[in-house]
Amino acid sequence: MPFIPHTKTDTESMLRAIGVDELEQLFDEIPSSLRCSDVNGVPSALTEHEVGRLMRERAAMDGFNLSFLGAGAYEHHIPAAVWELTTRGEFYSSYTPYQAEASQGTLQVIYEYQTMMASLTGLEVSNASLYDGASALAEAILMAVRVNKTSKSRRILIPKSLHPHYIEVVRTITSSQAIDLVELPYDRSSGRTDFNVLQRYNNEDITAIVIPQPNFFGVLEDVDALADWAYEHGALGVAVVNPLALGLLTPPGHWGQEGVPIACGEGQPLGAPLSSGGPYFGFLTCRKSLIRQLPGRLVGRTLDADGKPGFTLTLQAREQHIRRSRATSNICTNQGLMVTAATIFMALLGPEGLRRVAALCHNRTVSLVEAATLIEGVEQVFSASCFHEAVLKLPVSAEFVLDFMRDKGVLGGVPLESWFPDFDNSILVCATETKTLDDIAAYVALLRDAIEAAGARS
Amino acid sequence: MSKVPSDFKYSKNHEWIREQDDGTLICGITDHAQASLGDLVFVELPEVEDTVVSGDVCAVVESVKAASDVYCPLSGTIIKTNKALTNNPELVNSDPYGEGWLFCLRINYSAEFEELLDNESYARLLAEIDD
Repeated sequence: MPFIPHTKTDTESMLRAIGVDELEQLFDEIPSSLRCSDVNGVPSALTEHEVGRLMRERAAMDGFNLSFLGAGAYEHHIPAAVWELTTRGEFYSSYTPYQAEASQGTLQVIYEYQTMMASLTGLEVSNASLYDGASALAEAILMAVRVNKTSKSRRILIPKSLHPHYIEVVRTITSSQAIDLVELPYDRSSGRTDFNVLQRYNNEDITAIVIPQPNFFGVLEDVDALADWAYEHGALGVAVVNPLALGLLTPPGHWGQEGVPIACGEGQPLGAPLSSGGPYFGFLTCRKSLIRQLPGRLVGRTLDADGKPGFTLTLQAREQHIRRSRATSNICTNQGLMVTAATIFMALLGPEGLRRVAALCHNRTVSLVEAATLIEGVEQVFSASCFHEAVLKLPVSAEFVLDFMRDKGVLGGVPLESWFPDFDNSILVCATETKTLDDIAAYVALLRDAIEAAGARS
Repeated sequence: MSKVPSDFKYSKNHEWIREQDDGTLICGITDHAQASLGDLVFVELPEVEDTVVSGDVCAVVESVKAASDVYCPLSGTIIKTNKALTNNPELVNSDPYGEGWLFCLRINYSAEFEELLDNESYARLLAEIDD
């Protein structure tokens, strides 16, 4: 069934009305060299039944592995109520809330989401969300450049301990904006951003510094010192945080003496399933004084003509449909459904629930690291405290060990060597609250077997 | 009818310019511009020491209806901005030619200043717009 609503007669009568003989003429102005007649690599159509079957087969290929993977996306228990409510028709199929009079429910959910995110990050304002954590960071950096008018360098310090994907996305999005990204190394022993290297920039014009918490290695940065450095040197601190970790950790708005003015990150841990990588959502929060440079939708609470409270999109003069090319961003949407799930997730857990989940994640990972490092030759690479991930150095090939474990139904970690060539045979492991102490014992036993098997092989 | 005082110069983009005793220039938006925009809620000003070129966007005035760019009427260097507008953008509405000024600048070429409209030419421009 074609999903084009016009019949041949409709098309012909429309073409007649505008005085055009055939559809092709409408595309005349596009040079033939730029047009592709055939789309390569797209297979022929399948029926609905065939597609359904293919999807089930593909899903089964994922298996039911016990996953100790993290590296930016995290498995958490999502209470059943979250998606039961989120997939109600009122939320699931609701369109962009431009018409406030017809969208009070959607607008209220976003307003409550914004309130929760602002509270969680210790800042005053949150937008209605962005696509994902990496693009949220890119937007946060562009925002920092607009905000920090006393800095003329457009120079951003970005730690090497940030997720490599985030650095790539930031490079892609900022590359055409004359922004100078300077990578800051991490200390090889602690895993934290190297403060000695940072001192080299004491007398330079730095527009902003990105501060991850935790960083890609799971390590907790000395965020107070980094935030103070930023404040003292006229640079804006831009926090990249795991929102679930903020149930336990100091929010960015309170880092150091003055806090940092902008925070962003990946919202997936708040109620979004892993789903092979998406959809997820990005969040971005800031101080109220920076609100006009905040990109994305923003919902506000107001009073209607009868004096009753209501919700509406606000400060839209920042956005594309009003400001055109001088808008704060070409972002003109939000991840409505993911935000709905996150709002319900946070509402169900509450601050105490979030704190307990975050603490349990931390405890599980500490237990895993303690048990794993009892195996001869297995070492924890970094000495600084972690949140719920850690880097382990193995005495044998990481690839062999991970393959061995996967064959036994356990996803043992993410190998780091392809991103960080220094870290041969090193893996990033994560244990969230979803892993029981038995799971961890099974992991460690399997890791021991894998290492022995690798030893026997050589 | 919008006010068009005689001791000011004007640009076609509805900015006014007045020479001060020390030779520097002070700029704002005209009564016509503020009335067309409606109640202002925010004014984004240039930074002191910014170098500006005539025709560049150097400020933004945002009303409840729209955000409009303010084009720099002359080339020069910004020497002062009206900080009072940060908390009281409505001064542009209540007193566009006085307390609602936007910025002061020192210009490079006085020829540009001579090319600006006088009050009679600007009033004619407004009459044409009204037609």
